[in-house]
Amino acid sequence: MQTLINEDFTPQTLQPDPFLVVDNLSKVYPTKSGDYTVLDQVNLTVSEGEFVCVIGHSGCGKSTLLDMVSGFRQPSSGEVRLQGKQITQPGPDRMVVFQNYSLLPWKTAFENVYLAVNSVYPDKPKKDKEDIVHKHLAMVGLEEAANKKPGQLSGGMKQRVSIARALAIYPQVLILDEPFGALDAITKEELQEELLQIWTEHRVTVLMITHDIDEALFLADRVVMMTNGPAAKIGEILDIPFPRPRIRTQIMEDPHYYTLRNQALDFLFSRFATHD
Amino acid sequence: MTIHPSLRPASSSAFVETIQKHAKLLIPPIVCTAVLLTVWQLLCLAPDTKMPGPIRVLQQTYELILNPFYDDGGTSKGLGWQIWISLQRVMIGYSLAAIVGIALGVLIGMSQFMRRGLDPMIQVLRTVPPLAWLPLALGIFQSSDPAALFVIFITAIWPIVINTALGVQQIPQDYNNVAKVLRLSGREYFFNILVPSTVPYVFGGLRIGIGLAWLAIVAAEMLKAEGGIGFFIWDAYNAGNENSMSEIIIAVLYVGLVGLALDRLVSYLGSLIVSEN
Repeated sequence: MQTLINEDFTPQTLQPDPFLVVDNLSKVYPTKSGDYTVLDQVNLTVSEGEFVCVIGHSGCGKSTLLDMVSGFRQPSSGEVRLQGKQITQPGPDRMVVFQNYSLLPWKTAFENVYLAVNSVYPDKPKKDKEDIVHKHLAMVGLEEAANKKPGQLSGGMKQRVSIARALAIYPQVLILDEPFGALDAITKEELQEELLQIWTEHRVTVLMITHDIDEALFLADRVVMMTNGPAAKIGEILDIPFPRPRIRTQIMEDPHYYTLRNQALDFLFSRFATHD
Repeated sequence: MTIHPSLRPASSSAFVETIQKHAKLLIPPIVCTAVLLTVWQLLCLAPDTKMPGPIRVLQQTYELILNPFYDDGGTSKGLGWQIWISLQRVMIGYSLAAIVGIALGVLIGMSQFMRRGLDPMIQVLRTVPPLAWLPLALGIFQSSDPAALFVIFITAIWPIVINTALGVQQIPQDYNNVAKVLRLSGREYFFNILVPSTVPYVFGGLRIGIGLAWLAIVAAEMLKAEGGIGFFIWDAYNAGNENSMSEIIIAVLYVGLVGLALDRLVSYLGSLIVSEN
């Protein structure tokens, strides 16, 4: 299955190191009552252009895992490599779409995106930078709101600006930490479809945390399911074989959808149910 | 009587409503002030009292009130001029306090070493009252004018330092994360994130600061100052004639009114800038 899905994205010649490697990654926090292991020897490889969703119960270390890919946290042992280079700090090659948007409230949508473009491509002519900003705001359907400040935008629009900001700097990896968690169901579905569209056009590698099994099945090439913490590991990886471009209604009619969905539900709520 | 039967009651009731609305806000302070003035007047009816009642105050000072901008040369000036002289002092001392205070606050907010190093000193110095600084300032500067400026400066600076430092520390982690992932340069970070997210805190400090700066004016002008409302008060006291108490009361009232106006002015300026965000 897996080779079939990732055929398009697998490089023609075999490289010694895959695009993104999470290599024996552990995160341990020292506490007064001894060490607290959040992640225990996690291994994962991601191909270029792949869409990977990470799913698991709260506190299983999903965010910690992605924080070590984005570079906001340092692993206790093991390492993350992007194109063979060890990740030691945050950088624009691994842009993050934060759960709470993290837009600067004193800047308009345009200025928020422009700040990112300007800091990553300081040497480009101003006109080019402005064109990039306009293009990406148009891509998320926010051209008309370019001069509005975040306070005047709805949650969905804010997250669109945040996605536009992330993609406008052409990152190699796009990291999304529960990007649609705070949105209503309809806005959420719209944004999922837009994200897929953009991902197809940009050919960016996506790592996304979600709580929502349906969201993961609709979006991802692979769904990484984490065991419960402490000392969480990757429990199981589901390959999602639906052809692209995906249409929600078609996927939901696919009998295989429910097999996968039940598999994920079984993993999360039977084998690794939270006991509280 | 048949013309516009529907308009008449509507407009008149709207008028009545506005009156009622303002009356709700205006009547309580008017009543309370009247009661207080009456009590004051009654208390001062005793024949041997040194304290003039409100009517006597007005009788003795209406010339001062009506001619705020007379100038007989030297320090014999109208209350308007005296306030103007004090305001200039406060503005110089306060501006210095704002510049130094904000700079120091940013430094303390950004550097843990400076925060730990300076915090004990700030906590002690900020509780020193303006009057305690005055002899020190006179000793250092050997002249009353710079000493007055120093007293205003040193009184106003602490809330500005403390609030600015707090504002810098309170920059939301989200914004710092954005700065990290974009690898914003120091300059970009300063102008795009640090300044705008700290501005509301800075204005909070500036507002407390202007209040304190004005509070310090009477102490700052206590000795040998060349005019000013604080000087006027001490001068009237030292003159010790029959009008003195009334003049002091009117000047103290003016100090209060100007202080209120300054507070409102800074908070208005702050709201202009903060609402921009």
